[in-house]
Amino acid sequence: MSAIVIIPLLSILSVALQPSGSFIAGLTWPTNPQWSNFSNAWTTGSFATLMGSSAIVALGVVPIAVGISVLAGYAFGIMKFRGSNIIFYALLIGLVMPYEATIAPLYYNLRGVGLTDNYLGVILPEIALFISFGTFWMRAFFLSTPRALVEAAKLDGATPLGILSRVLLPLATPAITTLAALFFIWSWNEFLLALVILQSPELQTAPAGLGLFVGQRSTDIQGLAAGALIITIPVIVVYIVLQRKIISGMLQGAVKG
Amino acid sequence: MPSTLAARRPSNPAVAGLWAKQKASAKKRSQLGGPPSIPYLFVGPAILFTAVFVIGPLLQTLWLSFFEWDGVSLGKWVGIANYVAALRNPQLLQAFTHSLIFVITFCALPVFLGMVLAAMLSRQKLRGLAAFRTILFLPQVISMVVVGVAWRWMYADNGTVNQLLQLVGIRTTTAWLGDFTWALPFIAIIGTWVMSGLCMVLFLAGIGKIDGELYDAAKVDGAGPIREFLSVTFPGLRQELSVAVTITIIAALRSFDLVYVTTGGGPGTSTIVPGTEIYRLAFRAGEVGAASTIAVLLTLIIFAVVFAITRLLREEQS
Repeated sequence: MSAIVIIPLLSILSVALQPSGSFIAGLTWPTNPQWSNFSNAWTTGSFATLMGSSAIVALGVVPIAVGISVLAGYAFGIMKFRGSNIIFYALLIGLVMPYEATIAPLYYNLRGVGLTDNYLGVILPEIALFISFGTFWMRAFFLSTPRALVEAAKLDGATPLGILSRVLLPLATPAITTLAALFFIWSWNEFLLALVILQSPELQTAPAGLGLFVGQRSTDIQGLAAGALIITIPVIVVYIVLQRKIISGMLQGAVKG
Repeated sequence: MPSTLAARRPSNPAVAGLWAKQKASAKKRSQLGGPPSIPYLFVGPAILFTAVFVIGPLLQTLWLSFFEWDGVSLGKWVGIANYVAALRNPQLLQAFTHSLIFVITFCALPVFLGMVLAAMLSRQKLRGLAAFRTILFLPQVISMVVVGVAWRWMYADNGTVNQLLQLVGIRTTTAWLGDFTWALPFIAIIGTWVMSGLCMVLFLAGIGKIDGELYDAAKVDGAGPIREFLSVTFPGLRQELSVAVTITIIAALRSFDLVYVTTGGGPGTSTIVPGTEIYRLAFRAGEVGAASTIAVLLTLIIFAVVFAITRLLREEQS
């Protein structure tokens, strides 16, 4: 089973290491592996630029989306207010909705305010898409925190924001780390928004750039393969470091409210 | 959400004592001090983002689906003409039929494989199960664009798949993704590669939560592995099963990235799916109204599927 999962990834590696100009697509370990294909993809291929764009988008998305999710999850988990159920379900639409369905209006709206070909044009919609899951995730966490802690802090005269920042946030670190890791992976892999909104090559994110290169039937197969592996490295690193959290986060997140 | 509660159980014994009462009263949370408008300030940013970038555009899509609009000039109201045209359009029917095939390979096959694997693995203590889990879950975190690129070369005329076929005596140099007959099933099966690990990990976690006494009781009754699976494991996995089916069906119906990168819908229209049609019509063909119509239909189908599964699960539980 593991072999079946690994073979396509090994195939990319095998292609990436072939001498340039060859047309070997199969799993054939080259006699003289060309590790320089990786540095070439980084320097002459534009993968360094693409990675930079992806990093800017992810750095914009992750902290803001986490912050908004924590605030909303706190309100839904700890406070009682009118309309909370309806608002919560409205926020959950983003979890289920295929966002292919909103891409055309999004494009025209963003173009109308001059945000196409602008990182913000990708960052803002991504935040909106992710906080649906994030609110759901943080609400579940706050529902599970001991009520006595909140009551005690309240008796001490702490404000709602004070209870959140001094009492609950220290407990929430593991839940927030998981959320940030998932947001990072989703943002890094996001394709359609980047493809539609960011059209100048120097702004393209890594998956969109790779997708375009492949679509253009580039002849530099080795460079593409090396690039595909390079852009996967950040996600793999995060996955390996936080794999338990990521796996359980993805599984639990799937258990919708 | 029993899994979340269990995972977040506090380790501090003093706190854990309060925990049991806590769970019961979780719904009856009273208001914190301060004016009643405070909670709205906390959910405000979330509402704002969702309204502007999710619900607003979704309503706009619905609105646009009643127009003939090329994205440049003034749109023309055409009522339900786009829907009538869509339902009569054989190409669109083809796209949705392809989605159905994806449902088999993204959902039915992985759920079956995942269930069999999880049931087999759970019966014995295996070494290296954690590493196995990590590898099987890997396709879930890799970009579908990279997955698509990898499989393009797997399916090339001199690719790995043909090399493997040669090992079993089938000599062929078919470029599978360029073949009108084979391109669709070969893309569809990538979904099985992506989803099987997810299903297995989900079911393994579910089996871990089933009360061990039920298995002991089954043993006492002399149940064999198959009987045990049918009377203990399978009923215990109801929740996980519905989750697995929901995620994989949504992924099957959406599947834009994978098709775009592997074939772009070709050759001809042999691998088009609703997602690629929305993209092509809205951004290549200048038929934003027709694209919006497909988008509305796709959204309705996905909402209906999610609603049906949630409903089924609730009925079974009550």
